[in-house]
Amino acid sequence: MSAHEGSREGYDFAHPLPLPLLFGVFVALTVLTVITVFQANFDLGSYDIIVVMIIASIKALLVGAFFMHLAFDKPMNVIWFTGSFVFVALFIIFTLFDNRASHKDDIPVLNDTVAAASAEG
Amino acid sequence: MATTDAGHAATADHSADSHGHDHDHPSYLAHHFDTPEQQFDSGKLGMWIFLVTEVLFFSGMFCAYAIFRAWRPEVFEGCSQFLNTKLGAINTGVLLFSSFTMAWAVRASQLEEHKKTAILIASTLSCAMIFLGVKAIEYSHKWHMGLLPAGLFSYDPNNPHPEGGPNYLAYICAPFAIATVGIAIWLVVSFVRGAKFQFAVAKPILVVFLCFFVGVGLGTILESGSGGEHAAHAEGEHHDASEHSADEHHADEHSEGEHASEEASVAEASPAESGEAISGLVAPGAMVASDDNLNVVKRLASDNTNTGLQSELAARQAQDEMSYGAITYNVSDDSSATVASTEDDVMRKSRAGVFFSIYYCMTGVHAIHILAGIGVLIWLLVRAMREDFNKNYFGPVDYVGLYWHLVDLIWIYLFPLMYLIR
Repeated sequence: MSAHEGSREGYDFAHPLPLPLLFGVFVALTVLTVITVFQANFDLGSYDIIVVMIIASIKALLVGAFFMHLAFDKPMNVIWFTGSFVFVALFIIFTLFDNRASHKDDIPVLNDTVAAASAEG
Repeated sequence: MATTDAGHAATADHSADSHGHDHDHPSYLAHHFDTPEQQFDSGKLGMWIFLVTEVLFFSGMFCAYAIFRAWRPEVFEGCSQFLNTKLGAINTGVLLFSSFTMAWAVRASQLEEHKKTAILIASTLSCAMIFLGVKAIEYSHKWHMGLLPAGLFSYDPNNPHPEGGPNYLAYICAPFAIATVGIAIWLVVSFVRGAKFQFAVAKPILVVFLCFFVGVGLGTILESGSGGEHAAHAEGEHHDASEHSADEHHADEHSEGEHASEEASVAEASPAESGEAISGLVAPGAMVASDDNLNVVKRLASDNTNTGLQSELAARQAQDEMSYGAITYNVSDDSSATVASTEDDVMRKSRAGVFFSIYYCMTGVHAIHILAGIGVLIWLLVRAMREDFNKNYFGPVDYVGLYWHLVDLIWIYLFPLMYLIR
């Protein structure tokens, strides 16, 4: 922490992260990366994408909270950033909702092209 | 990049201000801010908003990934075999380490450890360059094999490493080589002219640019030591062999256009030739027959009682859709011995090609972000060596750090999604 030697408001606001914390986060991220690569050797079936995304999200949380300083930051910045991920989730989930509907089985096919083609014959 | 020979004391008040309250307004504080903290928080909010736009911008590509993977999971499994997990994992480690040195650089700048700040920023830069060097190996190797975006995809399992072709690696390395030579010249010139500060700045930047070639070397070693993407060569071969066989060239049901599309998807290397093939294609969904048979079938099938001809028409339609490479086609047919249920060959333009389109788009835009990061980090390095930062003014280091961590975040998700699919 920065020393406050009777400094005025708005000065000496820096919050240097302690080195053990930085090292610890880096080691944790490396370990999680090794785990991610290692789990690829096992067949977890359809769960693998979930496992992989959970590990990636833990890593993302570590990077966000400590490297990006969000754990000690003003709440407004945290809200901005996490809010963006809410919208990303909405975007992707809602798009995948009608993923089936973009399948031809679910779309009534009006054979316009075929009709046009047969008009030649 | 403008550099000055004079380092200047960042904390010196400057009396050149005309707005009268310069007695307590240090030089690093813009005149429209009251306190350094207010200045820092304003800048940080702006940076966060920019990062939000970045997240949303990347999410579009993740969305494309999600849709195509939901449609064709087997394509992702097949194509992921072509990505070298070792290279991806090494790059992940390199990028995580660069994130760590960047976070440490922010700490050092807050503690006014100027030399340490510069060293840590230079380390971050070096890691960024190693990352790009490894990427250059990855890209050039894939381009050589024809594992290209959909329109250019020309991979042939029977001939995975075609002879000749341009030396892609040389083309990628050329700009970096030119820049390295330029910086070396700058280093010598600044030394001869006795420009001490320029010389001091050029030294670490030269090391940083040389790190690109360290990355290329690292990538080469890892690439040669693995048969990762060769394991996939066996896949789809049975399919391809049948597609290539000459007795396919019977023209009763297959149109010329269908052939063109199938041939183009496997064997054509030159864009000009494939362009000709594409111009010969018929519109998707418009079945073309060389005789009037098809029209008769269509007319008869329009009668609802004629179920036999209706299913024949459906079968032909499914065949046609498959041949022009629809991403999704009609699989409503519940019988198992139809074209709709045959195993799909994924090593085609409309399958693997789309996967590689997504791969190049996502990793390419990420690499562009790394390049942009290198640009701002060099600016930061110069400022750190000029000792611009102090405990009340470290905003630029912090903001660039945030950007760099976001680029790292994107890669944290990209790596497992691209490289670790089984």
